[in-house]
Amino acid sequence: MILRRPVFWLILIFAALMAFIPFHANDVSMREDLILVALAVILASNLNLMIGYTGYVNFGHIVFYGLGGYVGLYLATVRNWNLVLAALAAGLVVSLFALALGMGILRLRGAYFALATIGVLLAVQSFVANFDPWGRSTGMYVDFSAYQRLGGARHALWMTYFLVIGVMALSMILSLGIKISKFGLGLFAIREDEDAAVVLGVNTTVFKAIIYSVSAFLPAVAGALMFYKNGMIDPSIAFEFMLSLEGIVMLMLGGKGTVVGAALGGGLYEKLRSYLLTSPKLSNFQLVIAGALLLLVVLFAPGGLIGWLYRLVPRARKVIE
Amino acid sequence: MTPLLEVSGVSKRFGGLLAVSDVSFSLGEREILGLIGPNGAGKTTLFNVVNGVSKGDKGTVKFAGEDITKCSPNQVVHLGLARTHQIVKPLQDMTVLENVTVGACFGREYLSLKPARNVALEVLERVGLAKSAEMSARSLTIAGKKRLEVARALAARPKLLLLDEVLAGLNPTEITHMIGIVRDIRDSGISVFMIEHVMQAIMSLSDRIVVLSFGQKLAEGKPEEVARDPQVIEAYLGDPDIAEKLKENN
Repeated sequence: MILRRPVFWLILIFAALMAFIPFHANDVSMREDLILVALAVILASNLNLMIGYTGYVNFGHIVFYGLGGYVGLYLATVRNWNLVLAALAAGLVVSLFALALGMGILRLRGAYFALATIGVLLAVQSFVANFDPWGRSTGMYVDFSAYQRLGGARHALWMTYFLVIGVMALSMILSLGIKISKFGLGLFAIREDEDAAVVLGVNTTVFKAIIYSVSAFLPAVAGALMFYKNGMIDPSIAFEFMLSLEGIVMLMLGGKGTVVGAALGGGLYEKLRSYLLTSPKLSNFQLVIAGALLLLVVLFAPGGLIGWLYRLVPRARKVIE
Repeated sequence: MTPLLEVSGVSKRFGGLLAVSDVSFSLGEREILGLIGPNGAGKTTLFNVVNGVSKGDKGTVKFAGEDITKCSPNQVVHLGLARTHQIVKPLQDMTVLENVTVGACFGREYLSLKPARNVALEVLERVGLAKSAEMSARSLTIAGKKRLEVARALAARPKLLLLDEVLAGLNPTEITHMIGIVRDIRDSGISVFMIEHVMQAIMSLSDRIVVLSFGQKLAEGKPEEVARDPQVIEAYLGDPDIAEKLKENN
């Protein structure tokens, strides 16, 4: 049972604190900081389902986030849908897209799959940049009056913040739920040895397609919310390859395959990045740091921070999942 | 009575090489059928065709009355046909218990996690790995990994178990132990189809033996019949004259 896992309650407390503290202090800049942390946790946690659980490296994970943003913004502004409904519909549409796509590219393994995911990202980006209903390369804007319907811009911004925190909590709970399930066990078997998994009875084709599709859902929902909050979207910010790569750095830093590790890596990396981006001497230096970090982690602590903790305190494995 | 496994006219070609050529045989309930033959005779290929890892070019495979010729390996397991690998394939970074739980979860009964874990513990006890349950599969010795292969396959609760060289690379004590496990498996009502190079073991274990050479079935019969078959001796030793001389010396 998931309710008996200490990590489940930790996730809830963590999310509640993140929602409450900036609201209580009415601190808008803290909120803007934390929403980026939450986004990093969402991206890293869902990427973890592919890389950490199933062993398939997805370089183009950000495509789900960008597509979700587009579908969500289109429904919320052009079609005048309610924001929450638009975000959920975006999640659904992008998941179905991932399911169809996964059936094809998940036949590939290892480096070939990784290359295909980059191809998908580039293909979707060029498609969107030439797609008229979505404004081609200039993208789409949220009309300011749209915020009025949510009770004014101030109210709308707080609301999207809470929703994003909610999506973050759901991402971590989803990771935990899958990790302790039979489905998760099947995924781990695929990660360790796909050929052995088939012979043991795991329907690897279906399992891989499902997890690929599941890993697309919450990032797409988050994309709809984030771009709605930002008020605009265009192909270059929606499908930013760098953010996709940074997602992998976050995951490796925290510890792939673990629920807490993905979140910890996401949070820490985002904090570090915003510090570097805003410091006058080190701005635009964050990718150098990202590269160096990834190198150090892969060489000296392949299990990331959580893997390192497991080695120091083997019993932690039972509590920190 | 219909046989549990019925292979008829199976052929498998890899490019210009006919790895398995028109092989037919059958296997009954509670039987141990041995499969022997020189290296490269096509034994493992035949196993692969039977459990669906590779598709045969010709022929049919029937298991428990169903045609499984076109089934994928994971479907075959659900029907009750499990196997081990000659080159062991442990799920390295998972514990021994988790490895076996995978077998039980996705096996014939498609158990949910908790009952699967219980089956896994019971099977680990049976193959003598209970003490290593919490170790990672990576840290097992080769003998341990071979037992893990058997345990995972057994956890699927199969009706028929394909064992691909479970004795290879083991020392005499370990071989004796493994032979005990195989006998125990048969006594519990599971049929066994096994590839083996350790002659003494396969001769004493098998009810019947099929001999493959260059992809073709050379002989089939009781162990002592097969051992006396001049064609079989030739396949193993090459020159029939040497065989004759050996016989005279005996």
